[in-house]
Amino acid sequence: MNAVKSILLRREIGIFAAIVVFCAIVGIANPRFLTTDNFRVILLLMPLVMVAAMGEMLVIIARHVDLSVGSTLGFSAMMTALMFKLAPGIPWYLGFGVAIGIGAVLGLINGAMIIAFRLPAIIVTLGTLYLYRGLTFIASDARQIDRQFIPGPLKAMSANSPTYALPWIVIIAVAVVLITYWFANHSRLGRQVYAIGSNPAAAPLRGIPVTAVTLAVFSISGALAGLAGIMYASRWAFVNPSNTGWGFEFQVIAAVVIGGVSINGGVGSVLGVVLGVLLLSCVSAALPLLGIAGTVQSAIYGLVIIIALVIDQTVRERGILALASARSARP
Amino acid sequence: MLKRTLLAGMAALGLAVAFSSGALAAHDFKIVYIGKNTGNPYFDSITGGFKDACAKIGCQFEFVAPATAEATSQIPLIDAQVQKGVNVIAIAPNSPDAMNQALDAARAKGILVLAVNGDLVGNESHRDANILPVDFTKTGPNQVELMGSMIGYKGDIAILSATTEAPDQNTWIAAMKDTLAKDPKYKDMKLVATVYGDDQPEKSTTEMEGLLSNYPNLVGVIAPTTVGVAAAAQVVQQRGIADKVHVTGLGLPSEMKDFIKDGTVKAFQLWSPYNEGWLAAYFADGVLNKTIDNKVGTKFDVPTLGTITIGDKNVMNTQAELTTFDASNIDNFNF
Amino acid sequence: MTTEPIAPTANALDAAPARPLWQVIFIRPVMLTVLLLILEPIVASVFWPQSLDLQYILSTFTLTAPLALMALVLTLVIIAGEIDLSPASSMALTACVFAAVQQAGVPFPLAVLICVVLGLVLGLFNAFLVVFLRLPSLIATIGTLTFYRGLAQVLAGDNSIKLPEWYMGLNLVTILGIPVPDLIVLVAAILLALLLGATIFGRQVFQIGTNEIAARHAGIRTRSIKTTLFATLGVVSALAGMMFVSQLGTVRYDLGLGGELQMVLMAMLGGTYIFGGRGSILGTFLAGWLLSIMTNAMNTASWLPATQFCLLGVLLIVSIIITNFIYSRTQR
Repeated sequence: MNAVKSILLRREIGIFAAIVVFCAIVGIANPRFLTTDNFRVILLLMPLVMVAAMGEMLVIIARHVDLSVGSTLGFSAMMTALMFKLAPGIPWYLGFGVAIGIGAVLGLINGAMIIAFRLPAIIVTLGTLYLYRGLTFIASDARQIDRQFIPGPLKAMSANSPTYALPWIVIIAVAVVLITYWFANHSRLGRQVYAIGSNPAAAPLRGIPVTAVTLAVFSISGALAGLAGIMYASRWAFVNPSNTGWGFEFQVIAAVVIGGVSINGGVGSVLGVVLGVLLLSCVSAALPLLGIAGTVQSAIYGLVIIIALVIDQTVRERGILALASARSARP
Repeated sequence: MLKRTLLAGMAALGLAVAFSSGALAAHDFKIVYIGKNTGNPYFDSITGGFKDACAKIGCQFEFVAPATAEATSQIPLIDAQVQKGVNVIAIAPNSPDAMNQALDAARAKGILVLAVNGDLVGNESHRDANILPVDFTKTGPNQVELMGSMIGYKGDIAILSATTEAPDQNTWIAAMKDTLAKDPKYKDMKLVATVYGDDQPEKSTTEMEGLLSNYPNLVGVIAPTTVGVAAAAQVVQQRGIADKVHVTGLGLPSEMKDFIKDGTVKAFQLWSPYNEGWLAAYFADGVLNKTIDNKVGTKFDVPTLGTITIGDKNVMNTQAELTTFDASNIDNFNF
Repeated sequence: MTTEPIAPTANALDAAPARPLWQVIFIRPVMLTVLLLILEPIVASVFWPQSLDLQYILSTFTLTAPLALMALVLTLVIIAGEIDLSPASSMALTACVFAAVQQAGVPFPLAVLICVVLGLVLGLFNAFLVVFLRLPSLIATIGTLTFYRGLAQVLAGDNSIKLPEWYMGLNLVTILGIPVPDLIVLVAAILLALLLGATIFGRQVFQIGTNEIAARHAGIRTRSIKTTLFATLGVVSALAGMMFVSQLGTVRYDLGLGGELQMVLMAMLGGTYIFGGRGSILGTFLAGWLLSIMTNAMNTASWLPATQFCLLGVLLIVSIIITNFIYSRTQR
């Protein structure tokens, strides 16, 4: 009984319930939603947001925010695609290194400016959102990199793999999730990130190297955005300077916040974020199946975000209240 | 960059001076093409046509575009170009009517306003002429015929469009529905759904997946949008169902080449955007030098395009019918 | 070392020497904007002289005026320690409703009333989420920005809704040679500056932003002030919408798409401190003009959006570096 109770009291139960309820409702309205085919569709919608959300989660837990993930994704994707176009002989898997590396550098620049000038992350990353997007245009001369320049094996990663017909990009996303879980819960650096977020003033007094941890967190976020960039190239088989990653940061942040990561830092779990990404992907996949006209989809998306926020806030407050009352009940 | 802006500034100044003194160099006019947004490969082709034509005629061409394709994004660009003193504004409008005031201000200054690749539907009085690639009323039937030929003129088909009220899309879709209903040749083909991908790859993909889920008997999808047809083809390719579901539509050869080569798509259609730019530049040259009379019914000759007739509402087409691309000719095109 | 308690004399409070007057006036975050406003015409006169036509500047500002109007009120919200990213979407929604009801035959005064009331409702909804449900304002207003824009899309589809002929052309009406929208922004700036600088309400806004808990303990009604600010922003977005559509003659759901970033840009360039407690209406006002003038120059130079983006990004970062630097040095 205690085990069940402890599961029910977890913060993530709210989102999990929301997902179950949502899928049940949609499944009743259109049973095709619950087929393995559709499951595959949902699965394919998740990897990019999932990977970037892991990075964004760490940043938000550290009490910062990274608005530039979309532009970082775009820039890394573009540079990698340009490399493929201009040097077709290069082995395709090098693209991963290039994309992740460039993303890490862009993230590092964000972190460096925040540390060096003691700037609020939201504004710095707003500025780099513009800056990196502009650089993407300039680097590509405002032209799209077409399908034929993306290496075949890279494109195939979105189509198949050895295991259960799960595309490689899904496997990569799962791997990233697992690594992030280990990092957040079992590594020293991960725990330091939580410490910085929950009490930035106390952290240096406890001997936590705030500068190093902050730089690390932003570099990781950038690197994962870069990884999402090459996954974009794999999934869509083209890179366009205006579209690639445009508006991506909103999806990522929404998923992270819906997943129960507090915008005030210090609180958040990998499981929650995974569920957040899952919920948003289910919503995206459900709308065409329900025949909901394109014009209504934005409104529903916004409503889902608001409702999820409210639910999460209520669960959190009630959870805290329960804790408080339990504490005060002790003699 | 600096040098270019310096030269552009001086050139604009020079032209402003020349213009005001009433002596306009015959072919040396300044023409700008305002695209829907940047980073859109389709406009690169049109721009290519403009550039090459201007190289031959001697005019000065510039391409500008806003970052996003929303309705009002081109207005500041129009104002800026008017301020710069251009002689011709060619524009692919993001909205049929939001720019009326800006365009009127331009024409009041004597600037020739051309709508290229799209028209100001319902507001034609705010532009001088319109250049379209083909007769848009024929596009729908052409696409239906192509689809029919691929599926043996029998089965369930669907349409994957762009945005819900884009006037060109709606013209084509209405004509497609009309053809399917009225022409007995297509009596065994049934249109089961029309969905909208908003010209976004992600959305087009999820809509395509939705179609495949909701209509398991689907044999064909017509996507009269370059983003949509590429997305639909990719879904079919990734699922490996090219022999069951046939995809066609209006696509860019550069984007569709892969799909043609591996058989995912048998054929698709388009026109030559390049020709639109070419025609527009020559037309502008003719009107400014008074060798072409901008009236309905006028015929004039353009190198490589032959004789062009100005049709109703001052609309011109670069070619009569769509060009069909398939494995036999896909390598001949580089746009 | 005496054990007597030190009486709080005036001298003890002035432990730090007052800054010289010239520093107070000139070393302010808004100075960057002022400097750029002075520098820009000089640079432009060399490269892009056409952009320096006063008439041109005034008339193109009418396109920025709606955003500037909302940015002025947004400054107040940010000073109070919150943020609101939804005004551009509220503007689109109320403008669509404004046009739609008139097309349905509703008389003009009633349409205005409906539009303004809707703006009020949208602002109050934001207030509800942020003040009463205590959701973080950044995320909550990201949610409402998507939701309101989506509602506008539901209402208008992809259509343009036309407005009555007589309503069009507000930006062409000039008083003393200045287009009316510009004047509206000027008047609003003056009024808001007075509100912020010369009323108790204004003072309380600053206090809430500096330290909300302390302000509440000092008896300031933080919740009702914040609610008022959000509601005002909602109403102003409706007004901005009515102003905007007069210039266009039609309205689509994508009116002002992306405007939220531009508004934040104006507020930041104007020296508003993102964490609250500091900022000025004058700064945002000047920043609005600066952005308009710079965009003119860049468009006249036919700079592609790419280059414009880079410049804006760099400008934003440099401006907050300076803002932060100055604020951290002048904090006691």
